[in-house]
This record gives sequence, C-alpha cells and structure tokens, in this order.
Amino acid sequence: MKPILEVDHVGKKYRISHRAGPYLSFRERLWHTFSFDKTEAEDFWALREVSFSVMPGESMGIIGRNGAGKSTLLKILSKITPPTTGRIVSRGRIASLLEVGTGFHPELTGRENVFLNGSLLGMKRKEIEQKFDEIVAFSGVEKFLDTPLKHYSSGMQLRLAFAVAAFLEPEILIIDEVLAVGDAEFQKKCLGKMEDVSKSGRTILFVSHNMAAVENLCDRAVLLEGGQHIFAGPVADVIEQYNSRNLVSQTEIKLPKPLDAHAWLDTLTFADRQEPVYYFGESIVLRATYVSEKEIHPCLGMVVSSIDGTKLINANNRYQKDGQETFRGTTGTITCQLGAVPLMEGKYTVSLFFGDEKSDTHIIEQAATFEVKERDLWGTKKTPPRKASYLWWPVQFTLTN
Amino acid sequence: MPEPTEFTIDASRRGVFHFSELWRYRELFFFFTWRDIKIKYKQTVLGFLWAILQPLLMMVIFTFFFGRALNIPSGNLPYPIYVFSGLLVWNLFSSGLTSAANSMVSNAPIIKKIYFPRLVIPISSILVALFDTLMGFVLFALLLIAYQQPVFWWAVLVWPMCILVGALATLGLGVWLSALNVKYRDFRYVIPFLVQVLFFLTPVIYPITLIDVPALQYALALSPMYAVVELFRYPLTGQWHDGWLVAISLGANVIFLLIGAVYFKRTEDFFADFA
Repeated sequence: MKPILEVDHVGKKYRISHRAGPYLSFRERLWHTFSFDKTEAEDFWALREVSFSVMPGESMGIIGRNGAGKSTLLKILSKITPPTTGRIVSRGRIASLLEVGTGFHPELTGRENVFLNGSLLGMKRKEIEQKFDEIVAFSGVEKFLDTPLKHYSSGMQLRLAFAVAAFLEPEILIIDEVLAVGDAEFQKKCLGKMEDVSKSGRTILFVSHNMAAVENLCDRAVLLEGGQHIFAGPVADVIEQYNSRNLVSQTEIKLPKPLDAHAWLDTLTFADRQEPVYYFGESIVLRATYVSEKEIHPCLGMVVSSIDGTKLINANNRYQKDGQETFRGTTGTITCQLGAVPLMEGKYTVSLFFGDEKSDTHIIEQAATFEVKERDLWGTKKTPPRKASYLWWPVQFTLTN
Repeated sequence: MPEPTEFTIDASRRGVFHFSELWRYRELFFFFTWRDIKIKYKQTVLGFLWAILQPLLMMVIFTFFFGRALNIPSGNLPYPIYVFSGLLVWNLFSSGLTSAANSMVSNAPIIKKIYFPRLVIPISSILVALFDTLMGFVLFALLLIAYQQPVFWWAVLVWPMCILVGALATLGLGVWLSALNVKYRDFRYVIPFLVQVLFFLTPVIYPITLIDVPALQYALALSPMYAVVELFRYPLTGQWHDGWLVAISLGANVIFLLIGAVYFKRTEDFFADFA
C-alpha cells in the first residue's frame, strides 16, 4: 500500500527583516532599492528537511515546542503557503482545521454561518444540507439558529464551529490545536468525535500541546525541534523523547535566545534546589536572569500549567504595584517568590513571558517543568485525594453549631 | 468535476490559472457574494433600497449643478438620463474596484487559515457591485419610461454586454490593486484617490466632445470605463463620437486585465505570509 501522504525534504524559508510590520510600505521598498545597506533582511528557516509519510487510516501526531515549525508545516500541508524546498505528495482530499469557525461573521445567523463555514472548509452545499440536522444537534444550539452570531456566547460559537468541522469527510484531516479551547466537557465530546473519525479509516494529522490528547488519538508521532524533524515513531516513544528533551529536569535552565528580540531571558533557576522537586506545601522560588540592549524595567509573567495543559496560575509584575516601578537595567535577576503554592501532587510546567512595562518581547512556552510530591503536611496521617483537583486551597474552616 | 485525489504541493505551483479549480469552488463565489450583500444591508431600515437611492441622489445633484447651473451639454439626451446612464456603469466600476482592492486585506483572517483559490475573493466583491448595478438598472428603466426616452431595440444586446465589459474592466484593475494592497498598504490610500481621479477623467457627467484637443481625447480614452460608458449610451442616441476612442479603451481593458491577472497569480501564493 502506498502512503496517503508523503512529506519529502520540505523546507520553508522566511525573510526576517528588522522592521516593525510584516508588510512593506512602498517607501521602504523604494528606499531599499536606492540604499547600499542590504543587510537588514536575514533568512530564517522555519522548517528544514522535514520528511515523513503517513499511511491511510493512520493518525499522526505532530509535537514540538513553540517555534519548532509545527504551524508552518500545517500551513504548507494546507496549501496556505508554498514550501521553499521539497515536495508533498498527497493521495487524498485534504481538509484542514487550523482554527474553528474561520469566516464566521457576527452579523449572520447561526444557520447562515454553518453554510458559509462549511463551504469554506470545502463542503458542497448539498453535503451541508444533508448533514445540517446532525451538525445542529451536535452543536446543541438549535434554539438560536436564526439569531445573529453576535448574540451567541463564545462557548456557543465554538460549539457550532466545531460541529461544522466535525462533519467534514475528507480522506486526510489536519487539525491544529483547536481542542485547546472550550470547556472540558465539550473537549471530551470533540475528542470522542475525532476518535470516531480515525476509527472510520480516515487519516488524521493532529498537532497539539496536549500530550494526553495526542497519546489518545494518534498511533504515531513526529517530533519537531527548531524546524527539523528529529524523531518519529510510535506515539508513546515520541512523547517520551519530547518530555526528556524539552522538559529537562534541571534546576538551572538556559533559555533559547529569540531571533529578533531586544530584551530576552537568559536563564531560569529553581532556587535552593538540587532538582526541581517540591513537597506539597513547600515554598517555590524561581530566579530568572535577563539581558536587554537598552535599559528597561523588566517585567516577567509566568503561567503554571498542569502537564495536560490546563493553565492554573498566572502572575506578572507588570500589573502589580511593588514599589520598584522605577527600577531599570540592562542585565539582572528577577526573583519570584511564589510562596507555598497550593499545588497537589503531579508534574507542572512553567511558561514565561518577558518584556518591559508595555509588552512582552520574549515568550517561552513550557520553559521548565517541576514536580510536586505528596506528603503529610499536617501530620494527620491522611493525605487529600490526588486526582480531586490541581489546587489545594488553604481554607480557614470554622465549626459552629 | 471531482477533485483529483493525487496531487503534489511544492515550490513551483505558480504561474498557471487553474480554471478547473475555480469551477470546483464555484459555490464559494456564491457564498462570499451572498455574505457581502447580506452584511452590506443588514441593520439598515431601507435595506436594498440603498442600492437604488445612492445613484438616484447622485443623479439629482449632478443634474442640478452640472446640467442646470453649469449647462453642460448632453447631446440629444435629457441631462438626467445622460448622467444616470453614466453613473449606473460608473458605480459598478467604482464600488467594485474599491471593495475588490480592499478585499484581500479585509479577508486576511480567512486567507491565513484556509486554502481556496484566492481569486474567489476579489471576484465575489465585484459580483456584489454587480448586484447593486442590477438594482440600479430597474430604476434606470423606470427613468426611461418617465422621460419617454426612445431606445433602440438592440439595447437588450448592448446593455448586458456593457455591464459584462464593465465588470471585466473592474476585475482587471481590481485584482491588480488587491494583490498590491496585500504587499504595500500604501494602496489603501491610493485607491479612493484613483477612483476619484478616474471619475473626472471619464466622460460620465460630461461628453468627451467638451474636450476639443484630439490628443487629450485619446489620452482620456485610456480610462478602462470610457468604452463602457460610451457604449452604454449608444442604444439611446444611436451615435457615438469616435470608434477609435472606444477601441483604445477596450484595448486598455485587455491590457489591465492581463497585468492584473498575471500579477495576482504571481503573488497569490504568498498572500498568507504578508496579509
């Protein structure tokens, strides 16, 4: 049997010019033509020499950190942008879902949007008409079909959007992290629907940060790093590779320097630790060092997430008043006292957002990981049930009769 | 036509028009056009009446200022008929061109997320303008009756053809500008200006005979809409000024259409990177 999708030495080069906007102004173009300084653009390979093939009926996961080239690969597969080198041979109709609800218009009714979106995704009008009732039933917004979309809640919009996408019937379905949104129950429903799709013999390419979802849905996976494909194989092996490569358990982590930022984070340290392991109820201290080309007031944001991607904690000194607003520097250390973080037993990741008081210049998703271990904090010989929740809240209980 | 099941994606898929692909996506033309018409008149009290009211009010204003106050000649036609017949096809061009030229940028979120032949977008925005023109045509017919204007029978052939040529004229410049606009946002400012200038350079509200320098007449005939406006009035008057001028204008149309199509095709693949 021939593979349904062959990706053969695919590369994508972007020209990064050190300008503000992604598009040109005519003046810049003219200026560029007449100036001697041609060095302002630099080549950047978002993808390089990526090759893999997918057999019919197989579900392939594509994993990697932010900036690994996952989105670029999806864009090329979806024909949105052409590759610079290499080629892809496809032996089936591809439909891609890089976003749910593309083309949804707030002024149109739910019914109208189903038709518009379905047709954008490549469905024929007849096909949409046939599946219309099923789509509506899946979305659960029957009552509001003739209401303009602008009066929908964001959850309802999402459900309707996913419902349309769920009834696509291409031979190859490409899905970006559309499942990262929506409430847990609906996510489950979507995952179930996608499992049905893959069981019905269609081929799925699935990109996600959500390792649990990838493991659930995919047989094999490709691991991308820095635009290159470094590992492919059974999904469990690839996820293990990903975890060991990217979520390195070190206490001092050297962070990747961004290409074009003027201020960036250099290292992140779990202070006073041999390894990033904390016992339930212990205080966590993080220390980050930064470098900046100009003097800035450094602002660091962090999001602590569970290993399956649920965002739990958010903090950022940009929005807090701490009496250090006048602090400025080109290099330095930011110490973050998280205090006794009420995290239950499990693995957690930290994403970092660094910048000045106005905006973030350096964003590192899943920069580091740490573990929280169970212990009998109060000496009661009883520990709270593990899977009840991620957070333990130190509630003050008062008993009266 | 079913979509071919085996295809290749590589760096060199530029340069050729896939008419079969455009045909396969024919329903998308309908959906885009239908969406834009719906949105255009949503939450308006008068709705589709606006498509008729706009040219009507323009006609009244032009008749008052140019016909009455400035006494601009209009041959053997009543000035309101003269100006409305010009405005009808002109509006097709001006609103079609403006929306087509901005269509790529305003649909950027879709372009970045879904593949379909990009040509669908500017063509659909011209179809929206075409819809307005057809609405205006109803009013035009009423106007002809009100003024008891004699019309040659072959108008039924000439008028649809004029509207088609007008749509093609709009398409040529429209797709060119839409592609340029993706790359150079300067064109956002150029377009309204260009439409305004062309309006005065095209004999919509005055006859070209008002200009008595032949060289200048030939230069003005380069305006893509000259031929359309002139031909559209032909079944009303039974005469035209100079066949060569019409030919020049039609030739200009062909050239614009070619330039527009080639430039669009050459840049189309990279819209998602720039938009």
